Amino acid sequence: MIHFDKFILKNGLRVIVHKDKSTPIVAVNILYDVGARYEDPEKTGFAHLFEHLMFGGSKNIPKYDEPLEKAGGENNAFTNNDITNYYLTIPKQNIELAFWLESDRMNNLAFSKKSLEVQRNVVIEEFKQSYLNQPYGDVWLLLRPLAFKVHPYRWSTIGKEISHIENATMGDVKTFYKKFYNPDKAIITIAGDIETDEIKVLAEKWFGPISSGKVNNNKTIPKEPKQTEARVLTVERDVPFDSIYKAYHMCARRDKDYYTSDLISDILSNGDSSRLYLKLVKERQIFSEINAFISGDFDEGMFIFSGKLIKGVSVEDGEKALNKEINKLKEVIISKVDLAKVKNKIESTLEFSEMSVLNKAMNLSFSELLGDANLINQEIDYYNAVTKEDIHRVANEIFRNENCSTLYYLAKRDGGN
Amino acid sequence: MAEINRTIQPEIKSVDRIDLFEPKQITLDNGIPVYLIDTGTQELIKIDFIFNAGKWYEEQLLLADFTNNMLKEGTKNYTSQEIAEKIDYYGAHLETSTGSDIASVSLYTLNKYLENVICVVEDVIKNPVFPKKELTTFIQNKKQEFLINNEKVRHIASRMFNKQIFGSGHPYGKTAVIDNFNKVTSEALAAYHIKHYTHLDCKIIVSGMIPANLTSILNSHFGGKSPSSTEIKKEKGNIEIMPEGVKLHIKKANAVQSAIRIGRPLFSKIHPDFLKLKVVNTVLGGYFGSRLMTNIREDKGYTYGIGSAIVSLRNSGYFFIASEVGSDVTDLAINEIYNEIEKLQQEKVGIEELNLVRNYLLGSMLRDFDGPFPIAESFKSVLEYGLSSDYFQNYIDTIKSITPEEIRNLAQKYFNKNDLYELIVG
Repeated sequence: MIHFDKFILKNGLRVIVHKDKSTPIVAVNILYDVGARYEDPEKTGFAHLFEHLMFGGSKNIPKYDEPLEKAGGENNAFTNNDITNYYLTIPKQNIELAFWLESDRMNNLAFSKKSLEVQRNVVIEEFKQSYLNQPYGDVWLLLRPLAFKVHPYRWSTIGKEISHIENATMGDVKTFYKKFYNPDKAIITIAGDIETDEIKVLAEKWFGPISSGKVNNNKTIPKEPKQTEARVLTVERDVPFDSIYKAYHMCARRDKDYYTSDLISDILSNGDSSRLYLKLVKERQIFSEINAFISGDFDEGMFIFSGKLIKGVSVEDGEKALNKEINKLKEVIISKVDLAKVKNKIESTLEFSEMSVLNKAMNLSFSELLGDANLINQEIDYYNAVTKEDIHRVANEIFRNENCSTLYYLAKRDGGN
Repeated sequence: MAEINRTIQPEIKSVDRIDLFEPKQITLDNGIPVYLIDTGTQELIKIDFIFNAGKWYEEQLLLADFTNNMLKEGTKNYTSQEIAEKIDYYGAHLETSTGSDIASVSLYTLNKYLENVICVVEDVIKNPVFPKKELTTFIQNKKQEFLINNEKVRHIASRMFNKQIFGSGHPYGKTAVIDNFNKVTSEALAAYHIKHYTHLDCKIIVSGMIPANLTSILNSHFGGKSPSSTEIKKEKGNIEIMPEGVKLHIKKANAVQSAIRIGRPLFSKIHPDFLKLKVVNTVLGGYFGSRLMTNIREDKGYTYGIGSAIVSLRNSGYFFIASEVGSDVTDLAINEIYNEIEKLQQEKVGIEELNLVRNYLLGSMLRDFDGPFPIAESFKSVLEYGLSSDYFQNYIDTIKSITPEEIRNLAQKYFNKNDLYELIVG
């Protein structure tokens, strides 16, 4: 059980406080309700590029990292399709510094020309490092637009293409900031050996004077129409082994069936006793590795399979073997033991995740964005409530051929083999 | 509401106290030392079983890693599948890892299930049988993984750099090629296991909220003697380091980035300059605000990331700088790296920058001792050197007392361009 207090400033900033006396470190997590799904289709990769710019200095703080490091702190951030999340840990005696740093960049980012130029390059190198210069690196750039035709999940957080990042102008960047970096779009969680009263004072002092967003940005995100026929894409690349990716549409993060879907992915692929690993890697030796996982997106997301084939096994045979395992879940109700196993795993995972204040701070912010910070304490019950019949029903809802996008990612054959 | 003056930075208070946790030591009936790190807020523990069974000891390539990995692939009393089923059913997690000197098996479990899973762990450590069928599958998958990694410039660079600086005949420099995978047999793994996974050679670290009956549980499962109970003298003595090529360029067609490694062999953490050099390294490339990062990423935008590290091995050690940079700016990036090294050798670090590094490092130390698992990791990193918490106290003292002159002198002593090896893959 994670106890917390919550209050909201007049400008709309939500503040969550969790007390954990066991640590000399305080974690501060600040989540902005902006991800790649809010981007203009012609200007993708912006949320992520912007995350880089947030470290390029604010009005009163030329270098964000310097004072933080001087205070013994450490920080990082990530962007995904739904959110941009900044986090830091700092010795508790320097907690006010975190408020100073985070409020200044929320209030008034510096927008230096140099920072934009350099970070454009850094992000382009990141694009190359993670998506182009790696075997199988461009899978997501291919699979997303296959699975989504309308919803912005059709592009990756890094952006559709390098040119979108290259073409980012100062004007674009400023507009983006005005629109999304406002207190009413943010949730800040502080976790550590601190008192709520003390945090209230600090929050009022540093964040209170920031005015809430004036731009109306209640842009509705287009809903992905129901997929009605199977989609297939085949590509050849300079990689050592053929591989298969299958993406099925599934429910949104706040849907009750989310928990059932998550357990289905665990039955298939969490741990060495999971079905896909036992059958397809160990017993039949069709894949060298195979995984099933859910994207965890806010809106209707993806249930994904990814597998690398053993040399000499054809993708057709690989897919057949995979489909057989998927069909088994649709046809046969799972055993009590199998269900207990995945629930025990969830219980354990949640317990281990409570060991770090940073983890707790992140999860509290995220739960609040989902609708209620207390979700962090309720999720275990939602998982435990899932029945064998739920698994059977949801498997049948998700794993339909016409709901699936398949990518055959083949090793280039030399000399007409 | 009164507008606040944001130009005034809240005062920074240095980390004045770091609570270095002192593990409690007990001994099992057979003499295995157990270090207890009894702290934490959740009712769970991690048990690390540590053996002198890392790559240093293998006579045949891949044996150390494969033996460690294959422990859970079938034992006298359980099949590979039964082991997996049992561990998974209780929400536990069994992790194996092989380093240059040690190999370990770690169990993560909720306390309430400890007694349900410990018998499996016992069999995994004491009675593995390395079934041929499981080995064949394992080798096949490892080979594929190897060939995929061989397409990544970063992977090629980290493998080849060790070979370059230590030499292919040195235990820290040898690297496997695809043929080595086929030569591993069940018999060789069993022999390696018998020789290296003995009670005489085992240390245990337990961290978390430790249950009252832990000692008796450990004694009943791990307190007995191993079949081969004669201690084997395994230290190989000094093996000569024979570097291969000062500057190497491994070509990789169509690479849009090059991986860079620059560095040299050094020494282990028992060397008197080691801790000081760690501070020097931090200034150069050991944190986000480091000189390399500031220049090559934040000023020039040549890379997504660049860093450097001082690595301790039991019988040696090394310093290296690593980055992946755009292919078109590889030479420019390398020039800047040498510029930063020279600057460190010629100019004294300003007191402001040094204070920043000091506070950053003290903050890191605080994090390294925050909670049972980080404490266990910190402790594990010195245990194999026969060091204790004093080591960390020395580090704190070094961080606080090192001077700009010392930093400059150490950079001159150890980071001479003529002593550095350079590798480019791409």
